[in-house]
Amino acid sequence: MSVSVEPDGVILVRAGKVELGQGVLTALAQIAADALGADLAQVRMVPANTGEGPDEGLTAGSMSIARSGPALRESCARVRAAFVAEAARRWDVSPAEVTVRGGEFRHGAETTTYADLAKAVLAAEAQETTEPGATAEAGAAAEPTTGQAGEPGAEAAVFVGVSVPRLDLPDKVAGRPRFVHDLRLPGQLYGRVLRPPSPAARLTGLAPNEDGSTHENGSTHVVRDGSFLGVLAETEPEADRALARLRRAAAWDEHDTLPDEHDLHGYLRKGPHETIRVHPAPQTGATPAPQTGATPAPQTGATPEAGAGTAHRATYSRPFLAHASIAPSCAAARWNSDGSLEVWSHTQGVYPLRAALARVLGLAADRVEVRHVEGAGCYGHNGADDVALDAALLARAVPGRPVHVRWSRRDELTWAPFGSAMSVDVAAEVDAAGRVAAWTYEIWSQGHTSRPGYAGVPGLLAAAHLEQPWEHPAAADPAPAAGSGMARNAVPIYDFPRVEVTGHRLLETPIRSSALRSLGAFMNVFAIESFMDELALAAGRDPLAYRLDCLSDPRGRAVLRRAADAAGWGRPGLGLGFARYKGNGAYCAAVAEVEAEHDVRVRRLTLAVDVGRVVNPDGVRNQIEGGAIQAASWTLKERVRFDRRRITSGDWESYPILRFSETPEVAVELVEHPGTPSVGAGEAAQGPVAAAIANALASAIGVRVRDLPLTPEAVLKAIE
Amino acid sequence: MTRLTVNGTPVEVTTDPRAPLLDVLRGELGLAGTRFGCGEGMCGACFVLLDGRVTAACDTPLSAAAGRAVVTVEGLAPGDEAHPVQRAILAEQAGQCGYCLSGMMVSAAALLAADPRPSEEDVVAALDRNLCRCGVHRRIVRAVLRAAE
Repeated sequence: MSVSVEPDGVILVRAGKVELGQGVLTALAQIAADALGADLAQVRMVPANTGEGPDEGLTAGSMSIARSGPALRESCARVRAAFVAEAARRWDVSPAEVTVRGGEFRHGAETTTYADLAKAVLAAEAQETTEPGATAEAGAAAEPTTGQAGEPGAEAAVFVGVSVPRLDLPDKVAGRPRFVHDLRLPGQLYGRVLRPPSPAARLTGLAPNEDGSTHENGSTHVVRDGSFLGVLAETEPEADRALARLRRAAAWDEHDTLPDEHDLHGYLRKGPHETIRVHPAPQTGATPAPQTGATPAPQTGATPEAGAGTAHRATYSRPFLAHASIAPSCAAARWNSDGSLEVWSHTQGVYPLRAALARVLGLAADRVEVRHVEGAGCYGHNGADDVALDAALLARAVPGRPVHVRWSRRDELTWAPFGSAMSVDVAAEVDAAGRVAAWTYEIWSQGHTSRPGYAGVPGLLAAAHLEQPWEHPAAADPAPAAGSGMARNAVPIYDFPRVEVTGHRLLETPIRSSALRSLGAFMNVFAIESFMDELALAAGRDPLAYRLDCLSDPRGRAVLRRAADAAGWGRPGLGLGFARYKGNGAYCAAVAEVEAEHDVRVRRLTLAVDVGRVVNPDGVRNQIEGGAIQAASWTLKERVRFDRRRITSGDWESYPILRFSETPEVAVELVEHPGTPSVGAGEAAQGPVAAAIANALASAIGVRVRDLPLTPEAVLKAIE
Repeated sequence: MTRLTVNGTPVEVTTDPRAPLLDVLRGELGLAGTRFGCGEGMCGACFVLLDGRVTAACDTPLSAAAGRAVVTVEGLAPGDEAHPVQRAILAEQAGQCGYCLSGMMVSAAALLAADPRPSEEDVVAALDRNLCRCGVHRRIVRAVLRAAE
């Protein structure tokens, strides 16, 4: 985190976070402006860059506002204090007598600005640090004069809490170049990569005249390294034609390595697994051991057990899901004559990408500079990092010239990592009144992260295709402190006397998986909240009342009630879903209104959300609305398709997403908690919306569908 | 050499006439506002007006635009002005990543040109070929209705 004031009064903020389409830079600018007492217009958010910005890791996991907000506030408060001190010195008053608002420092009739003071503050700090060219960096200045640095309320809230318009939107509405796709660097070449036709394919040969790295026909250039194959050309149409020729010339050795897409339960449960006890938390020192025991078959139904009340159990699943961003992944790279590499990327983490690129390419990390440039919407670990390596590999063949690489739609839908399929067993013992006495929950899943650097490998797609390939182990899971992966939101929020949660992560997987918006929480909340409705139905209880009876968390109760009230709870055809994201993040309750005739249509979604102190109300609404619509799309339509050899859902027909005519109206209620810390809003809606839709479907037609997506075929299968 | 009119200005371009119109707009003509999404005319990110009709520029060859009038997002309104749809998108904050917006606004502008007072159903129908992944659909519908007011 670094904040510096330019001589003209512009305040540069290097937050190390990246704009993914979620509006985070606007929200951070609001926080910075208030902490500085500055005008929003003088705050400039500098895109993340390994050359000069801080290493803030990833922009992921709904953590940017919760983690970076307080840190940014503290940095800004220090800068403000240095300027206040200079103003006080100039006017010969105590710093406590100087106020700052709207970028103007004031004492009585005296006023001055950041611009007026900048030179003197810079000079004072240059003297202190003896570093030439030092700016008013955070940390180099005096302590703030008022309030506690980093705490909300230490400064006047002028912009925080206000629906400030998105800073990036005017460019995008005007159609100005803004995306990495729009980069036109001097002398730029266009690159395309010919990806293998299937995950296990290896290149066996190229037809004559198109082998190796010789010039192809004067203007295009083929690059080959093992099974990595690409072309370079002066223009995009030439690059696409060269790619088509290359496709015809390439011969591949392919193998059937993929599971049966119609038996995901069986695939996920077969193992080998790493088994972890999620809850109760294991004793420290216990190490999970891989196990390859018998395969438990999915079970569903209710069986009375003598003396233990009634036992209920059910099995749920979700398929593999694609990120399916509207733009395919894109990057640019240039190798300089001194052997250094520059990369332009829409990555979620410029530093982790730099480290991964450096390892694959055999460079010291400080020889690589990664600059963030916006891409289309990012919902997790997509192809952004992979295409950066593609660009670097192609650019290596033409030193000094920038190379711009854009994936095809098919590559985007078939080669970017998927969100893992999951299979879950839930069982509960209930007492005579239908209350849960014991709850057991078991998950089978692939891991939910293979981000750059996971499992000690670079993890970039093309690295596995090189002549000297990197092995890519099965995806791992983030640690519990980072929100877990398959176990995210696996422990229910309700006051159950006994809860056991176990997870089994697949250790051998032919399908690449990684982080997709909310990771395991989408599935776990869908399963837990579907099962809660099943238990309520078995007990003859209203689903809302049934939940409130075992939920003591007051913020959770308020959110549930608010969503139910706003939706007009009590009508038929409504369904409810609720969770607190990650167990410590945003509370979100969703009510869906569903009609099922020829297909399942969601008419309306009503959500209530509590994200603590709201930085930008419209920004939160936008994230919740968008998350809800995307979750509805996942729930109703989406499923990665494959045969035993190839991923087959490579276009918008085979991987359909929700269209305008299918999109529900979405109403969002913000339950304000200004006194509590801000938490992220980006992923909170995913699980609750899935459960709400499934529960509404059950309410509307009396059919419980436990395997996503809720297509007409799935409904028919559930009826049979 | 292919002659066509782009955003009201006659131009001559030298790109291979078989090349997609999208590549000519973004390449030789330097108009980056029209976006590549799928290359198969299935997502709407590359929509332009071709003689007033909404057309996917990604699978339309340059030769098919010869002698005709192309309007891109940059030319929806004259000069530096903003089209009512563009103003309404900002007013409603109807965007997240913004990548699909150019094509959305082209579809919406074509609708309003043909029907200045569309119903909500008309707007939904006019935008149904445009995909959005961030889930901004309802805001965009509201924006188009606002622009029609």
